[in-house]
Amino acid sequence: MAETSVTSELQGMPQPRVSESRRIFKVMFSRWVVIIGAIIILLLIITAMFAPLLTPYEPNKVNLEDSLQQPSSQHLLGTDKVGRDVLTRIIYGSRIAIIVGVVAVTASGAIGMFLGLLAGYFGGWVETIIMRITDALMSLPPLVLMLAIAVMLGGGVPTVLIALIVALMPTYCRLMCGQVLSAKENDYIMASNVIGAGNLRIMFRHLVPNVFPPLLVLITLDLGFAILTEASLSFLGIGISPPTATWGSMVSDGQRYLLTHPILSLSPGLAIVLIVLAFNLVGDGLRDALDPRLRGRI
Amino acid sequence: MASFIIRRCIQAIIVIFLVTVISFLLLHMIPGDPVIRILGMHASEAQVAQLRHEMGLDLPIYAQYGNWIWNVFHGDLGQSYIYHEDITTLIRERFPITFYLTFLSLTISTIIGIIAGVISAVKRATFIDSFITLFANVGIAVPTFWLGILGIYIFGLQLGWLPVEGWTSPFDDFWQSTRQVIMPVAALAVPNIAIVARQTRSSMLESIHQDYIRTAVSKGLAQRIVFYKHALRNALIPVVTLVGITLIFLIGGEVLTETVFNIPGIGRLLVRAALDNDYLIVQSIVLIIGVIVCFTNLFVDILYGWIDPRIRYR
Repeated sequence: MAETSVTSELQGMPQPRVSESRRIFKVMFSRWVVIIGAIIILLLIITAMFAPLLTPYEPNKVNLEDSLQQPSSQHLLGTDKVGRDVLTRIIYGSRIAIIVGVVAVTASGAIGMFLGLLAGYFGGWVETIIMRITDALMSLPPLVLMLAIAVMLGGGVPTVLIALIVALMPTYCRLMCGQVLSAKENDYIMASNVIGAGNLRIMFRHLVPNVFPPLLVLITLDLGFAILTEASLSFLGIGISPPTATWGSMVSDGQRYLLTHPILSLSPGLAIVLIVLAFNLVGDGLRDALDPRLRGRI
Repeated sequence: MASFIIRRCIQAIIVIFLVTVISFLLLHMIPGDPVIRILGMHASEAQVAQLRHEMGLDLPIYAQYGNWIWNVFHGDLGQSYIYHEDITTLIRERFPITFYLTFLSLTISTIIGIIAGVISAVKRATFIDSFITLFANVGIAVPTFWLGILGIYIFGLQLGWLPVEGWTSPFDDFWQSTRQVIMPVAALAVPNIAIVARQTRSSMLESIHQDYIRTAVSKGLAQRIVFYKHALRNALIPVVTLVGITLIFLIGGEVLTETVFNIPGIGRLLVRAALDNDYLIVQSIVLIIGVIVCFTNLFVDILYGWIDPRIRYR
C-alpha cells in the first residue's frame, strides 16, 4: 500500500487509500440495476413497517357491499370477493414476505453455515455424516420438501418457517464446507495452529471471516428465493392459513375471477416478481463487488 | 474411470438410503398420534388399535422402517386412507403425464437456454446481451404459478388461442394434447431457460478468456471457429451439471403448473393429498422424487467425469 501511495504522489495524483468496504460499496452501486434493486427493497421494508399508515383500510375486514369492485379512486386496485381492498392486502402481505424471508434465511444460514464449518474443518466422519445428509436433503425439490414438512407439522407461520429452514439449509452447508475445505489449506491457518490457537478460535476468528463473502451473496439471493417459495406454498393453500394476507394466496383466490377481475390475481404476482427480482439484482451486484479478481480496481 | 464410477455409486447408495430415512421420518414428524389424525377424534379405541396395528405403528421404529422399506422394494407403497386406493397404482397412473411434461420442458429449456447464453456471451455488451440478461433476471424471479395464470389470461381468455386447462394424452388426440401442453410446458421452461442461459453465458465468457483461446486467435483461426469449436465445447461442461438442478426445479414447478392447469399428474396428486392430509401419499411421492433425483445426479456425475477427466480424481 505504501508503495502505491508513493507512486501516485510521484504522478502528482494523490489517491487516498480506499477501504475494502467502501470499495465494495462503490463497485456494487456503480450499476444502475443494482441501485434500482436496492430502492425496491428499501421501499418494501418501509411499506411493511408503516403498513397501517399507508392505507385507510383493514386488510382482513369483510365488507360484502363492496365485493368485487373494479379499480377506482377509492380502491386503486379494486376489491376482492368479500370486499377487501386489494392494495391494502398487498401492502400487508409484504409483512409476511419480509418476516418469512428474513427469519428463514437467517436461521437456515446460521445453522447451515455452522454445520458446514464443522464438516469442512474436522473432515473425516463428521464431514461424511453431515454432507451425506445434506446431499439427501438436496435431492428433494425445496418446494416438495417444504410442502411435506408443512403438511406433517400442520400449517401456520412457524411451520412454514421450519419447513423453509430445512429446505434452504443444505445449500449453505455445502457452500460453507467447500469454502472451509479450501481455506484451511492456507498458511495462516497452519500458523495459528502452530502458535497454539484452539479449534474454536481458528474456526470463528480466522476461517469464518475469510470464507464469508460468497455466503453473503447466497444469503441475498436466498431472500428472494425464500419469498418465492413461501408464495408458492401459500398459492397451493398449504402453510399460512386465511385470512392472513399473503401474496401467494391472493393470486390463488383471484384465479377464479380471472376473466372479469384479472387484477385480483395479477397484481399480487407482480409484487412477488418485483421483490424477488430486486433481491436477485442486489445479490448479483454484491457478487461482482466481492469478486476477488476485481479487487484493487474501482 | 472404473474406480470413479464405483466411488460415486457407493456414495449414491448412501444418499438414497438417507432419502428413504428422511421420507420414513416425515410420517413421524406429525405431532400427536397420526392414527387419530387420520381417523378423527371420534374413532373408537378398537378402530384406533386396529389401524395402528395395520400401519405397524405398534412396532419399534427400526422394525417399522424395515417393514416399510421391504414393502417399498416389493412395489407396495400402502393404501391411501383417504381415497381407499392402492398408492402404487395412483402414482403409476399419473407418472407418465408428469414425465412427459418434465421431459419436454427439460429439453426445450436446455436448448433455448444454451443458445440464448451463447448469443449473450458472444454479443457481449450489445443490445441483445442486455435483453437476454434482463429476460434471464426476470425469468428467475417470476413465480411459475403466476406465469401460468398470466398465460391463461392472455392466450386463453383474451386471445382464445389455447385451452385454459386440462390434459389429453398425445396418443389419443395429438393436436389437442399439444395445444393443451404448450402453456404448462412454457411456464415450466421459462425459469429454467433463465438459469441455463445465465450459466452458459458466464461459463462461455470465462472460457473466452482462457489462454488456449488466445492461442487459437493468434494462430489466425476464424473467430467463428474459435467461439463455437474451442470455447463452446469447454463452456458447456459446467452446463451439464445444471441438468440435475434443473430437474429439481422442474419437479417443484410441476407441482404448481399441474395445479394451475388442472393436469392429473404426480404434482397435483401431491397437492391434493397434502390438502386432504393423506400423509402416506405425500410420503410416497417424496420418496419417489428423491430416488429419481439421486439416480439422475449419479448419471450426470458419471457423465461429467467422462467428459472432463479432471473431475475423476477429486
